[in-house]
Amino acid sequence: MLRGELENQILAIFFVAKEPVTFFQLQEIYPSATTQDLKEALQHLISNFNSSQKAMEIREVGGGYRMTSLPEHHEIIHSYLKTRPSSKLSLAALETLSVIAYKQPVTVPEIIEIRGVRGTSTIRTLLEKKLIEIRGRKTVVGRPIMYGTSKDFLLHFGLKNLSDLPTLDELEEVLSQPTT
Amino acid sequence: MSQQILAPADDYIVQIEVFEGPLDLLLHLIRKQEVDIYDIPIAEITDQYLRYVQVMKDLNVTVAGEFIAMAATLIHIKSQLLLPSDPTAVEEEIDPREQLVQQLLEHEKFKRAADMLHELETVELSVWPRGENEFEEEEQEAVSATVYDMIHAFHEVVERYKEQIIVEVEHDLVTVEDKIVEIRNLLKVQSEILFSFFFQHKISKLHLAVTLVALLELAKSREIQLSQKGVFKDIRILGC
Repeated sequence: MLRGELENQILAIFFVAKEPVTFFQLQEIYPSATTQDLKEALQHLISNFNSSQKAMEIREVGGGYRMTSLPEHHEIIHSYLKTRPSSKLSLAALETLSVIAYKQPVTVPEIIEIRGVRGTSTIRTLLEKKLIEIRGRKTVVGRPIMYGTSKDFLLHFGLKNLSDLPTLDELEEVLSQPTT
Repeated sequence: MSQQILAPADDYIVQIEVFEGPLDLLLHLIRKQEVDIYDIPIAEITDQYLRYVQVMKDLNVTVAGEFIAMAATLIHIKSQLLLPSDPTAVEEEIDPREQLVQQLLEHEKFKRAADMLHELETVELSVWPRGENEFEEEEQEAVSATVYDMIHAFHEVVERYKEQIIVEVEHDLVTVEDKIVEIRNLLKVQSEILFSFFFQHKISKLHLAVTLVALLELAKSREIQLSQKGVFKDIRILGC
């Protein structure tokens, strides 16, 4: 198959897909294509697609590829959908989530220790929003439940995977640099 | 620190922020003073901290226990620093502020991470994947509920049950087998039953327990399917 045709086919799949399309899924569809070929075709397709027009882009999120609109069109899309911007997470929820994201799997007492706040209602909110999930129990006294982030967490924050998160040290460096 | 409230303190108006917790407040006080976090002027910071907690009380803001606990920690550290160091001590004494400083630095790291997540979220909320809109979200397929969800729901029923004053007069005997037959019959006439349906009316403890066991039995033998729209939502019982 010509590479151009392969790229077109993959683009068609991206167009139809509701969930991010994983590399593994593509490998299943094209068993005869080598990993190298597929990777190259993907890279070429994405850079071509993303540079050729200014309405949509193909992004790598949540362990797969998906087509999304560009952020600059959010207002017009809201007026089309007749929706208002979705409510963002509260500061408390974000703080709890950041502890879970970086320390997972983590228990409630460990979260309390870092946040210095006893409230656990944020855990419930995060569970309801499916941003975190239960990861079994820790084998210590009381066998507390351990929490970790979900795939929806990656999608919600537009992350490819967990290692896409900047490390805590990196964040410190970036933010401690004096702003001019 | 999302909210601001106006507080009358002494004879002038000061603006104070609402903090997530004692570490948040302490960090704010330290950063505002631009003092070295590794060399916190404990006496000064403690004073400011206590004044803030007092303002919270004056405003009738419910002061969470954590704030009081931190006040005690601060006063304890302050008193330790006032004591002359033991001249006979062989090892160098550990700075009593050490543990608190570490906790503050750790807390600050995660505050930064939370800010970063907030920025990512802002960007992400302004892009749409293909064909997703509010209407579809409403119709999202229910996720299957686990036994834990059911036990949680049962726990809620028990809590509600506790609030009601019930006088048990008659001794009605009900068995798990009876209940299973009852549920089966119900599912013949309706496609689904809500978990809460069984517990709408005041029923005896025996009934409560028997119903739960009957549902678990049916789920085990795959006669029924349990599904739930979201965590802590009502559980739907479907016949298979």
